[in-house]
Amino acid sequence: MGRLRGIAWYTLLGGLSLVFIAPLVWMLTTSLKTAGEATRIPPSILPEDPTTGAYAELFGGNTQAPVLRWFLNSLLAASGQALLVLFVASTAAYALARMNFRGKNVIFAMIIGTLFIPIFTLIIPNFLIIDRLGWLDSLWALIVPGAASAFGVFFLRQFFQGLPQELEEAAVIEGANAWQIFTKVILPLSKPALATLAVISFLSNWNDFIWPVYVLFSPENYTLPPGLGQLQGAYSINYPVIMAGAALASIPVLILFVISQRYIIEGVSRSGLKG
Amino acid sequence: MVEQTVRAESATAAPEPAPAGPVKRRGPGATPYLFLLPYLLLFVTFTLVPAVYGLWVSLHEWDYLLPGKPFVGLDNYTALFDSASPVFDFFWQSMEASGIFTVFSVPLLVVVPLGIALLLNRSFKGRTFFRAVYFAPYVLGVAVIGLLWRFLLDPNLGAVNSLLGAIGLPDDTAWTTGLPWAWISLVGVTVWWTLGFNAVIYLAGLQDIPRELYDAAKVDGGGRWAEFRHVTLPGLRPVLLFVVINTVLASSNMFGQSYLITQGAPGVETRTAIMYIAEEGLRGYRMGSASAMSYLLTLALLIISMTIFRLFRTKD
Repeated sequence: MGRLRGIAWYTLLGGLSLVFIAPLVWMLTTSLKTAGEATRIPPSILPEDPTTGAYAELFGGNTQAPVLRWFLNSLLAASGQALLVLFVASTAAYALARMNFRGKNVIFAMIIGTLFIPIFTLIIPNFLIIDRLGWLDSLWALIVPGAASAFGVFFLRQFFQGLPQELEEAAVIEGANAWQIFTKVILPLSKPALATLAVISFLSNWNDFIWPVYVLFSPENYTLPPGLGQLQGAYSINYPVIMAGAALASIPVLILFVISQRYIIEGVSRSGLKG
Repeated sequence: MVEQTVRAESATAAPEPAPAGPVKRRGPGATPYLFLLPYLLLFVTFTLVPAVYGLWVSLHEWDYLLPGKPFVGLDNYTALFDSASPVFDFFWQSMEASGIFTVFSVPLLVVVPLGIALLLNRSFKGRTFFRAVYFAPYVLGVAVIGLLWRFLLDPNLGAVNSLLGAIGLPDDTAWTTGLPWAWISLVGVTVWWTLGFNAVIYLAGLQDIPRELYDAAKVDGGGRWAEFRHVTLPGLRPVLLFVVINTVLASSNMFGQSYLITQGAPGVETRTAIMYIAEEGLRGYRMGSASAMSYLLTLALLIISMTIFRLFRTKD
């Protein structure tokens, strides 16, 4: 690349980057402004007198908006579901990738087939099932139903099939049973795939919106996404507080993304799947 | 996030054969089933049973708050086609809203990310960084995206109108409350938010196209455009099929953006099908009627996906 072309190239890419990043930066800077400054016209680019007042307000124990509680609920739901997905998807994927048994193809086809059912088709019947189980308005509703992820099984099955056969055979000769092979041979070799699946599950649960909005009723049981809606009602004109709430919901996933972006992006592109 | 996703290859390729020579000493016995049990328990309870149960619900006048749930046969379905029924107007208006959104967002979400992927497909310093930057908004949830853009697009106080004013353009556009502005906002925000996802899928596809094909095209003396038409596009065919179907499904499932940014405004023009189904079923508790709507929508999407699939198959 010539020097001039190089400059033009990076200007183009940099300009594009600005489009993607500026709104997120705006969210952060607004959260550090005062309510007055946030809505002034023309707007100030950087906070003139940066203040963490919005965050203090957010954590100040407003009973209509227990934000800390929402944050912990989100954390609990997203990590709980990620763990559950890891367990049920890895065991199922192991059976489907490495064992022969009657009905295997039918079961796998059924699991893949459900990838084509739009999520909203299941929302109303699932609401009724959750109600029967007594899980409405509780975190169980957020953790358990979504853990039946067809994506997780598909993704891990692909990975397990790529592992060398010899290690497993050696373990069999030494008299290991299936569970021992699974936990001592397969899982340790699959750490990158397991981590990718955990991160993708965590992100999608953390960001889920429609389901928590309709199955959680009490403010103290909210996760951040329905909580943010509540915040918009409670602080309709206080933009720094609303933006501080949005930032609070973004920062953990942005950090997670920065740490594991290679795995997230590769996981997404390799499987063509997210969910 | 309502993400309807399928794997490109799973849609096109035949199922792979079982791996050669799996470990099989004793007969299979109960072991595989024990390994499958935890997953299948969840799968049956929260995917298979609801798929059938929803159909059952749609055949009843199923008011969540009332004790009796009388069987009404196909009434909930015929009501959707009867202009005298109370749901007719609202339902079709919401289907139209989802349709409008899909028609305008899909072409952008198919073409623009391809352009970005082509930019990023060359080798240069910082490629991974830029890829991550363009992908970043996608890792945020619709709740954050919705609140952020509702603030940015606020007709009176928002940064977008201020910015436009500062460069001498009209600064009073009703981005969230007027038409066609509300649609432009919803489509624009969605493209900004999800473009990185499609770009990453394209990038993976581009990297799978063998280099030799490009070298051959160069020998044949084709220009950039010929190279794109004769090597890149055909090579991307399966990926393109995936991106198109996936984007159509995701767009027709749009919910959060309307719910948070325009709140259906100006009237109910930007209230999408999913938004209306959720209101009818989960706020109004008329679950029989809402289920019928969701099955009709599912059927429509199935037909659309199959049509796209066919179009890709039979082309040239």
